Amino acid sequence: MNTSTMVTALVENFKANGRIVIVGASLAGLRAAEGLRNEGFSGPLTIIGDEPHEPYDRPPLSKQVLKGWVPADHTKLPRLRAVDAEWRLGVAATGLDRTSKQVRLANGDQVPFDRLLIATGTRARPWFNPAEAALDGVFTLRTCDDAARLQAALAAGPRRVLIIGAGFIGSEIASVCRELDLAVTVAERAEAPLIGALGGVIGTIAAEMQRDHGVDLRTGVSVEALEGDAGGHVRRARLSDGSTLDVDVVLASLGSIRNTEWLEGAGLASGFWGVACDAGCRAFDINGVVTDSIFVAGDIARAPHVLYEYQFLSLEHWDNAVFGAEVAAHNMVSLEPDRRPHLPLPAFWSGQFGVNIKGVGVGPFGDEIVFTQGSVKERRFAAVYGRRGRIVAAVTFNHGKWLEYYGAMIERSAPFPPPPAGFDQPADMQPVPAQFPDPRAPTALPDVVLTGHDPTERGAEFRSRRR
Amino acid sequence: MRIVVDLNRCQGYAQCVPLAPDVLKLHGEEALMYDPNPDDSQRQRVLRAAASCPVQAILVERLDDTEEGATS
Repeated sequence: MNTSTMVTALVENFKANGRIVIVGASLAGLRAAEGLRNEGFSGPLTIIGDEPHEPYDRPPLSKQVLKGWVPADHTKLPRLRAVDAEWRLGVAATGLDRTSKQVRLANGDQVPFDRLLIATGTRARPWFNPAEAALDGVFTLRTCDDAARLQAALAAGPRRVLIIGAGFIGSEIASVCRELDLAVTVAERAEAPLIGALGGVIGTIAAEMQRDHGVDLRTGVSVEALEGDAGGHVRRARLSDGSTLDVDVVLASLGSIRNTEWLEGAGLASGFWGVACDAGCRAFDINGVVTDSIFVAGDIARAPHVLYEYQFLSLEHWDNAVFGAEVAAHNMVSLEPDRRPHLPLPAFWSGQFGVNIKGVGVGPFGDEIVFTQGSVKERRFAAVYGRRGRIVAAVTFNHGKWLEYYGAMIERSAPFPPPPAGFDQPADMQPVPAQFPDPRAPTALPDVVLTGHDPTERGAEFRSRRR
Repeated sequence: MRIVVDLNRCQGYAQCVPLAPDVLKLHGEEALMYDPNPDDSQRQRVLRAAASCPVQAILVERLDDTEEGATS
């Protein structure tokens, strides 16, 4: 038997008898399981999830669910094929032992694996004061249980809703509140909504949209304290400008925290920005050495990206979970020459105030912006971001059909500013500063972040927690 | 039944909307809103809507029975 025959036999044997464990039972975990079976993996497959629910879709939670149209438990994801897995739902993974190749569960069980996929994603960043966060009427939104509770609170007709943080989630919920004809205040520490992801030029337009729809938008302020009544229900908020608000519902939309705690001590390059992996989804260890048996997908993955100077990119986007899971699944059952890269062009959408906001690329990587099509006044336009004469991102408001055109430009690093599109040109096509905030400023973190070049990057993310 | 719409891919053509108006709606000019788990009585309408999508953004459950993981 020659070497290549032996290697082929090894792969076939693994596909038939290997044990694969997926930690994380949401979009990335489900699509990876389906991908593994599509790849011909027929060995035992275990899927571990801390939520008791089978995989469901999260984007509808802040939109059609809060609006009251779709019940919170009605966003279950369609199954694209049978996965024949052992589901361990409602029990969190609490540890990883790479030497014995076992995942430890909260109930004490140990689950052995030959290959592991880490897809534990993120959770909502809670309000910083635990006593205030525990008041009735104070919410975050990440899970379907969160959405059910918040939807009920909104349906009860609160006097006023306070939304802390004007990223995408906060802005979408403000939009729903206005559709429900609820009085809503949005408090944002930065100068405009969506500024972390889209910059101040677009943020100014987002601010106008909010105010036109009757949102009491307050920028450049922070919420300093929440006060409850005798029954423990939130009733008042104190702001940094000295004002107070009478509120019955408070939603803290302060971005997310990556679920990496269970990996402490495992010796992987995990931390604030997630788990570092190569473009083929293989996890790096703490020394920056790539592992052979541990893979990463979804919101928690952080991988170098060719389009962005090989900086490690963290992406909390829906299709990053889908495509990352597919690539991870393929690479988990393939050897070197057949492995594929996951090099997504980041893409997102957000519906708010009747406008479909879509984007591609990494806006904060750019420093200039130019409007290329449409009309800002009509809130129907396309704009592109540039850096050093190259296009790095694009955003559209109700102009999504053109996004592919700009996406193709980003993929080939086309010149910035681009030549006029030849259709629907705005009057002013002069590039201006995009006005991204200092990344160190405390504001809602954008959901796509360049996190540097080093897989362990001691500066921000490689930090062992207090024990 | 279960569906999910890839809203990155969706271009807001809205071909699907008149075919399954109780499940797929346009919110504003081009943002699609939909019921991810519509009643089974909508199945034929939803399948037609999914087939009509010019960019094939509507994914429909491919299993008749979802016993797996359905512990909740």
